[in-house]
Amino acid sequence: MSLLSVRELSVKFAMRDETVTALDQISFDLGKGERLGIVGESGAGKSITGFALMNLISQPGYIDSGSVTFEGKDIANLPEAGMRHVRGNRMAMIFQDPMVTLNPVLTIGQQMVETLFAHRKLSRAEAKQIAIVKLREVFIPSPEERLNQYPHELSGGMRQRIIIAIALLLDPQLIIADEPTTALDVTIQADIMELLLELCQSNKVGLILITHDLGVVSQMTQRTLVMYAGRIIEAGPTREIINDPQHPYTQGLINALPQQTPPGQRLKQIPGNMPSLTDMPPGCPFSPRCEYATDQCRTTLPDMVRYGDVEVACHEVARLQSGPTQEKSA
Amino acid sequence: MSSTEITPPSRWTRIAKSGMVHSFRRNPVAVGSMLVFLCIAMAAVFAPVIAPFDPYDPINMDIMNSEFPPVWIDGSDPQFVFGTDDQGRDLWSTILYGTRLSLLIGLCAVALQAFLGISIGLIAGYIGGRTDSLLMRLADIQLSFSTLMVAIIFLAVTQAMFGSETFNQYAVYFLIAVIGVAEWPQYARTVRATVLAEKKKEYIDSARVLGFGPVRIMVRHILPNSLSPIFVISTVQVANAIISEASLSFLGLGMPPSQPSLGSLISSGFDYIFSGSWWITAIPGIVLVVLVLVINLLGDWMRDVLNPKLYKG
Repeated sequence: MSLLSVRELSVKFAMRDETVTALDQISFDLGKGERLGIVGESGAGKSITGFALMNLISQPGYIDSGSVTFEGKDIANLPEAGMRHVRGNRMAMIFQDPMVTLNPVLTIGQQMVETLFAHRKLSRAEAKQIAIVKLREVFIPSPEERLNQYPHELSGGMRQRIIIAIALLLDPQLIIADEPTTALDVTIQADIMELLLELCQSNKVGLILITHDLGVVSQMTQRTLVMYAGRIIEAGPTREIINDPQHPYTQGLINALPQQTPPGQRLKQIPGNMPSLTDMPPGCPFSPRCEYATDQCRTTLPDMVRYGDVEVACHEVARLQSGPTQEKSA
Repeated sequence: MSSTEITPPSRWTRIAKSGMVHSFRRNPVAVGSMLVFLCIAMAAVFAPVIAPFDPYDPINMDIMNSEFPPVWIDGSDPQFVFGTDDQGRDLWSTILYGTRLSLLIGLCAVALQAFLGISIGLIAGYIGGRTDSLLMRLADIQLSFSTLMVAIIFLAVTQAMFGSETFNQYAVYFLIAVIGVAEWPQYARTVRATVLAEKKKEYIDSARVLGFGPVRIMVRHILPNSLSPIFVISTVQVANAIISEASLSFLGLGMPPSQPSLGSLISSGFDYIFSGSWWITAIPGIVLVVLVLVINLLGDWMRDVLNPKLYKG
């Protein structure tokens, strides 16, 4: 049985005079200890997916329909008290910017002990002991002293390690990491990612890695979802998606990587912007930017179809595969 | 053995080395105000020890001693340093006890205001939506009545209801209640504003993600991050509460003449000011002005220190 199973989950935002759909019927599964990447550009719905899994969409957003089954329970409809037991305890989340995710007025120790107290009945000494063990696991030097320090006394990389330690504090089954290294500098990014990967592997913890860095996804994850305008447009094993992308959008993303362009030439970016959620084109949301779009693409929404090892939401996938180069020259 | 082990600084040295203490030491106005405030506060706390007479005890009142001037004026009696009031009470002792009452009422009223205002502000800011609108409209309504007006109506009605005998007995509590209730919106508005700002920050998201309940998030995470404005208002509000108490007592709606606060002393001396006994009004008046002034100066200093926009380096 899979650890997490999301079925046709839709999230909507009630605006002043209309309702916009931020997540449109997304479905995916995650096995125990499996690592899944979610990629897409800003506003594609990646972070909303993370929050929806936690059932923490804040006003005016709400989960409109669909189910999130985690460890056999439907948590999308769980009451707040039951959900609180899941959050932090069974499922943890790591945010983007370690400079602001720790409470500035509490010491590291207070924050860790408080997290343990919220879910377990422990003495203060026991809680401190667990905190020290977890800090050691993330390679924090002299953890006993760190417990009495405030977040501002620590560097960004150190804080992100501590945040990972807090996420691991209650031995959750799933960690949702929302762009965990975007705010860190490049050398530390690699360290943090390696640490996260190691911890997930050794503790058999599932990981959902939300990022727009395809390089990170290819190193860290086994499967990948590509999101565009609130929909999943391509899903499959990471290696397949990186090496042989099917959807024109995924192809565009990979071609846009700076490594794909010889020095001195302009980067191959995808023309145009993602459509605004209030102004979705009929048919495939990517059609206005897609060079292969046909009349069918502009009128009907493509369903997910299996193509080789991956699933793709594109009408033209078969034709693209048979030879997009001839299409272009024709 | 040459050990280079660095012991972490104790809590006390941390406080002593903090920026706030540093700026306090470098600000002569703040240091002076603090000294004066501490003197007044100590005098008030130890009034029963310091005061030569007990002003509440009728045995010490002799009408023959009434209206003695302070010692530096001719015709004084050396046992009454600041002279006596119209009933023959030692003014120095009465001022000490009066300051004690004024400070007590001021601090308790502010504690009540802070409790009400902070709770309401936290709830309004954190929950938002209709609850927020409702609570803030209540605050607006409360603010649209002036404090003194509310207090006068309330105290006049209670005085009429309970009779002045019972009223005088419980006057301290009535004053604390009315000043406390009348000014809670000051706190509620400020706290709500900071809660709205803090609530958007990511550490609150991360607290929610860790499965903390709303009460814990409000009290343990948002409140400590909203403390600076609360400190600043508190000092100003203590000064305001003392002034309000003095005004009400001056108008005869506060402390009775048998247990005078600074306000009722000023009021009782007011009738004699033109008959030459100016000291009964002037000396408690000076004490009141100095007390309120130093509290306000401390509040000003604190606002400068805690406001990052005014940071002068």
